[in-house]
This record gives sequence, structure tokens and C-alpha cells, in this order.
Amino acid sequence: MSHRVRVNPIACEAHGMCAELLPERITLDEWGYPIVDLTPIEDWELEHARRAARACPTFALLVARERRARP
Amino acid sequence: MSGAPSTVSELPLKRIPPHGAPVLPRLLAGVHSVGAMTLTEHLSVHGPMSPVYGGRRRRDRAHAAMLMDEIERSGLLGRGGAAFPTATKLRAVAAGRGRAVVVANGAEGEPASLKDRTLLEMTPHLVLDGAVIAAEAVGADELIVCACETAGISVQSVERAIEERAAHPISVRSPQIHLRAVPGHYVAGQESALVNYLGGGPAKPMSTPPLPFEQGIGRRPTLIDNVETLAHVALIARHGALWFRQLGTPTQPGSALVTLSGPVADPGVYEIEHGASLSSLIDAAGGATMGLRGALLGGYAGAWIGREWLAGVALSGEHLAAHGASLGAGVVLLLSDRACPVAETARVARWMAGQSVRQCGPCINGLDSLARTLEQIAAGSAEAGATRRIEHLASLTARRGACGHPDGAVNLILSALDAFDADFAEHARHGACDRCACSPELPLPDREVSHQRSRGAVV
Repeated sequence: MSHRVRVNPIACEAHGMCAELLPERITLDEWGYPIVDLTPIEDWELEHARRAARACPTFALLVARERRARP
Repeated sequence: MSGAPSTVSELPLKRIPPHGAPVLPRLLAGVHSVGAMTLTEHLSVHGPMSPVYGGRRRRDRAHAAMLMDEIERSGLLGRGGAAFPTATKLRAVAAGRGRAVVVANGAEGEPASLKDRTLLEMTPHLVLDGAVIAAEAVGADELIVCACETAGISVQSVERAIEERAAHPISVRSPQIHLRAVPGHYVAGQESALVNYLGGGPAKPMSTPPLPFEQGIGRRPTLIDNVETLAHVALIARHGALWFRQLGTPTQPGSALVTLSGPVADPGVYEIEHGASLSSLIDAAGGATMGLRGALLGGYAGAWIGREWLAGVALSGEHLAAHGASLGAGVVLLLSDRACPVAETARVARWMAGQSVRQCGPCINGLDSLARTLEQIAAGSAEAGATRRIEHLASLTARRGACGHPDGAVNLILSALDAFDADFAEHARHGACDRCACSPELPLPDREVSHQRSRGAVV
């Protein structure tokens, strides 16, 4: 089962916690919004990513299981 | 192309022969120059509606499956701009959990498009037929027709058509049909924005997943199809997939409605065959009244092509893809050689930035920064390397919103840099040009196009 880190762009308010906690996957753009590496995350990163997601003040960071594509 | 262009008024009221010779108009057959076709007129032009069962018995379900197969064989692609295969969407909704809902999307927030309101205004029963058939195919018992609230005539026309059908039922069963006028801003017709609005929220896109086909209105599987797409479904159900494929290209079969604006004698809505040349469309509109500088295809989320390509361009997806363009929702905007493409692009970029519903940071900030940089280039006040700055901003803006709005605006801006590179370089060196001062050409709301009478004609 593969996982990816995703941002809900509507919920995100550019607090920037995610880039602090998951710098290997997330950098911030010039306005403070996260630029996320969308490639599947390795198993060893999973707990780390989940911790970053829990720390997001607006719950905008998601660790999602792979979904089927849009028809 | 199928014969000489003809105007609407010359078209006789007659039924299109099934499996007959390729013939245009299809969608616009029998339309009046003003006012809607009545139910009686509609049935005499297009013939009786194919039977709709819509029940849950085995025979009914077999009929729904047959309809679905026929639409699949037709190769119909959605006409709201994304050109997604209609049958694939229908099947996904039909496979969803719970009773489906069908939404006929005539929101048409694109200022340069008038085809959906024209269709709803002139031939509402064709859209309703298609929507009822789609409802049967996906097993929906509820159908919501959305028209743009700024297009009052089309709203009234659909309202009357629904009343006519209630008084004279034309199919065994019909889903409940409701009409909703939706706000006119750019993203109001985006699928999740419509679901949001129809569910009592604001007409703003929502974060997905779930996508509407999985969980839309009332968490039910929701089919959202453009009104033109549904009008084609009505004709495919009557005449079959082979008939549909007699026009168009193998990958993009059928005819399409196109809104043509700019310096031509007769701007308006035309029905063309996919693959028709841009020149034939311009000729059908009485020819260009000025020299042309370029064309914006697909609307304000579309792409510019420069004048050197205009003569050879064919209006089909595969041909336009080579130019990085598409027909989108059938928008063709011509720019005269008296206009400045840099100033026009800056103006549209600013408008697109203003149409952000301000939910997503990259869209709010990215589109504003892009518009400002373009305005600086147009005015000659940009710092060195401004076009590289635009490319950088574009990469920060595209694909980072909840909907495709920022992507569309970026597409428009990058295509302008490409098609008008010499003009951008000229502005960077010398600032505003003589043509910058000319009155703006591309239609934006608050200018006449949003109130312009829509016309129907055929290429």
C-alpha cells in the first residue's frame, strides 16, 4: 500500500509547520504555502509524515493512501 | 465540411434522416432567430424522443445499458471544456453507491462563450431530452438544469420548456426536473462548485476527493454534464452512434457549437464540424473586417496562436494540440492587428486574477503576481528578466489550487509569451506601444458581450 503527502489547498493558511517538520518533502513558496513532493513516500517516512500532518493547525496536510484515478 | 454555409433563417424545418448523409446543422436544426422552439416544433424537427423506461426491471436496465453502449460507440467527448469521454463518466456515475442525480451544466462562466445560453434559449427541449436520457442511463430520479443567472432569457426559456413537458409528457417516465439559476462568476460552473452551490453552499470549488461522480449532491453519485454534451446525447439516442460519427474526426466525432468573437462581420454562435478550418468559420461569419494578429482558442483558460498559423488551423483537438491549444468549450476569439497582444493578455490576466474565489493561496498570490508582472511589462516598467519571472510564477501557480482556475490562467499567459515573443521583447525594451492605447478588444463582463444577443448559425 503506497501513501502520498497531499495538501488541501483550501484549508491551508500558510502556517508553515509542515515545512519545519517534513523538510525532506515540503518547501515553502514565496508566499509561505507548501510545495509538496508528490511521489509516493517510503514506509520509513510514514510516521514522520503523519506527525507533520497532525501538527498542521488547519488540518490541511494529509497523508493519503493511493486512490484510483478520476474516470 | 458539408456544403455551403447557410444561415438559420434559410433552414427548413425537417427531420434529420437517421443514417442519412452528413448534414449540418444538428443541434441548431430548426432554431428561430429569436425565441425558443416549442415542444411541438422540437418534436417535428428532431422526431419523437427515444423511449425512456427508467424503471428497475430487467428490461429497463437492459435499455439503459444499450443507451450507454451507444453513447460509448459514438465517441462523444464532453463539451464543457475538458473533452472527457461522456460514456466513461456515465459508467462511473452508474456504478456509484446510491441513487444518482443528473446536473445539466449551463453555468457558462466563461465571458467569451455564449453557446450554452444560446442552446438553452433556442432549443431547451433538446437539452432536456438528453438530460432525461442520461438520467435513465445512470439510473437517476432527479435532474437539475443549471443556467447562468446573467442569461435571463435562457433561464425563462428552460422554465417554459419544463412547464410544457409537465403539461404534455413525452416519455413514459421522467425524472423530477428542477431549474436553478447559478451565479455568473468564472468558476461557478466548475463541477465541485456546482455541487457546493446546489447543496446550499457558495458557488466555490471544494477540495476533492471525493469527486462528484462518487459523492456529489446529497452525497449521491452525481453526473454533471455540459448542456451541449447532453444535447448531443439526445441526438445520438435518436439517430445512433454511426450517424453521429458521420461528422467530425475519428478521435473527436460530431459537430460542435463555437462562439466566435472579434473583428468579423457576424460574430456569434456557430455549429461547426470538428476538424473544420478556422478560415471556413471566419468566412461563414462574413469574413474578417480587419487584419488579424492572432486567435485565442478555448477561452480565457485557453491558448493563443499567432497570425502565422491562422490560415492553416483546423478546429479539432488533435490538430490544435500541436499548437498547445484546444477548442475548450468552443471559444474562438480573434484579435485584430490594431490591438496590442501584450496589453490584452495583461488585461485578461488581471481579470482572471480577480475571478479567483480566494480560497487557495497559490491562486490568490500567484495570479495577482502574474497579472502585476504582465502589467509592468506592458507599461515598460518591468525589471530585467520579467519573462523569466513569469515562467517562475507560472510554475508556482499551476496545479496547486483546488480547481483548474489557476492552471487555465497560466496556460493563457504562457501561450502569450510563446505566440507573441517579439511583442513581449519589444515592450521590455521600449515600454508601451502605440497599440496599447487602443480600446480593449477581448470581451470581459461589464462590456457588451455579456448582454450581446446570441445568434445561431451554421458552418
